[in-house]
Amino acid sequence: MTQQMDLNQRFEEYIALDQKIEAKDWMPDAYRKTLIRQISQHAHSEIIGMQPEGNWITRAPSLKRKSILLAKVQDEAGHGLYLYSAAETLGISRDEMLDALHTGKAKYSSIFNYPTLTWADMGSIGWLVDGAAIMNQVPLCKCSYGPYARAMVRVCKEESFHQRQGFQIMLNLSQGTSEQKDMAQDALNRWWWPSLMMFGPSDASSKHSKQSMRWKIKRFSNDELRQRFVDMTVPQAELIGLTIPDSDLKWNEETGHYEFGPIDWSEFEQVVAGNGPCNRERIETRVAAHENGAWVRDAAAAYAEKVADRESRQTSAA
Amino acid sequence: MAGREYEWILRFGDDALVLAQRLSEWCSHGPAIEEDIALSNIALDLLGQARALLTLAGRREGQGRDEDALAYFRTDREYSNALLVELPNGHFGDTIVKQMLFDQFAVLRYEALANQCVDEELAAIASKALKEVRYHAAHSTQWVVRLGDGTKESHLRVQESLNTLWPYTAELFEDDAVSKACADAEVMPLNASFKEPWSTQLQNILNEAKLLNPESTEFHTGGRTGRHTEHLKSMLAEMQVLPRTYPLAEW
Repeated sequence: MTQQMDLNQRFEEYIALDQKIEAKDWMPDAYRKTLIRQISQHAHSEIIGMQPEGNWITRAPSLKRKSILLAKVQDEAGHGLYLYSAAETLGISRDEMLDALHTGKAKYSSIFNYPTLTWADMGSIGWLVDGAAIMNQVPLCKCSYGPYARAMVRVCKEESFHQRQGFQIMLNLSQGTSEQKDMAQDALNRWWWPSLMMFGPSDASSKHSKQSMRWKIKRFSNDELRQRFVDMTVPQAELIGLTIPDSDLKWNEETGHYEFGPIDWSEFEQVVAGNGPCNRERIETRVAAHENGAWVRDAAAAYAEKVADRESRQTSAA
Repeated sequence: MAGREYEWILRFGDDALVLAQRLSEWCSHGPAIEEDIALSNIALDLLGQARALLTLAGRREGQGRDEDALAYFRTDREYSNALLVELPNGHFGDTIVKQMLFDQFAVLRYEALANQCVDEELAAIASKALKEVRYHAAHSTQWVVRLGDGTKESHLRVQESLNTLWPYTAELFEDDAVSKACADAEVMPLNASFKEPWSTQLQNILNEAKLLNPESTEFHTGGRTGRHTEHLKSMLAEMQVLPRTYPLAEW
């Protein structure tokens, strides 16, 4: 018991000194569990997040746009892989994590439960959704768990490229035909509020925030990050002549921040609870890919075993 | 003569574009995340080849058509890809066998173009593409071996894939006025010249994968002159929907 207390105290001191915790270091169970939950949720979000954009690869309006979008969705698969690997350092397997995703035990970012209805949604996802993700993720590059922090450095570099290409799509649409302008405004109308919800519940009602801040997994509160996102995005919308769908939005000279209207948290709760427009489809698609691929994975495993077997027989014969 | 040049470059470009479009349909449906990444990567390479080839074809045509005009504003009857690459993806084994059959051909074709072609621009595109398709061929061939020599189920499935796709392979080696003009212009030897090295390579792969060479004598052709399967039109309808719905828009 005393030994346990010593370990815990040393861990807390280590964190206080801004040192990185590595995979083989001692860590409290709750810290390990929190990280597994957060990193696997993040990995799942990358994997499920491939679907709403993957939906438009075959219909991209130019070959250049098609290759940019394909590369982007491929990056997301890559992020999913690094993040699953980072979570595996904490003693959970990718299969266990995927199983939790497929059975609905694990969550992923609710934003991906909204449908992508027009090409402008590719712009809005890059601009707003990836923009919000970067706000959340840049501080994670300094998070106390080393393998997660290092994975996030690479993820963030690619995300900022995604955000720029999303904004570029919106810029082009806003300078295009009247139909294209309408498409851009419609997409902003649909993605704005869900993007603000990506930062999670307000600080007063966020159940994991406090402990995570103490452990330096989280560095800024949900509300701080949300405000930073609004302050960054509103002038960008103005620049391309689009209107943020919030009649309460106004600049506050004194605080130096934009004030914005109340968020409809009942919608957020509905989507988190599984009742969003695409929750069922996203999981069904993921489960179908996994199940349809079972015979392929089995064959690869059987073949690898045969090869190993042949090699060991050759070695023993020699 | 310029017309013919446009036609043969377009054939190479259409093969790459249609296969890229098919492979991109796999995105987020692969059997493992690693394969999602690999298939998207291959699709990206093919798309890059298609863009370079269509751009060059448009320039040689001299009517002011760029890569997008050629990709989005031709009908299926104007597409000149081989039938093999337009076939629907089917399951992973179908896709991988189709890919292997085509990749092994693409390696031979790009080798010839990279090494012998007198058209310097085309040769430069081919040299870059050759490095890519060698990697694609290694990927698809390794998978054919794994699946052929994997489990009983995987063996049966890919043998079936091979039997179904086989009738679409002969078209790759056919020659006509365009390919003969291409050979006369010292761009590339006749397609028929690739048949023997391709068959030898294929036999080695099938032996290693414990698969049987299909005995079918049924063969399909027509892609090079715009007589396609029923599948190409729906594939293009999806691919071309935005530029055709909003013809005045730029993206």
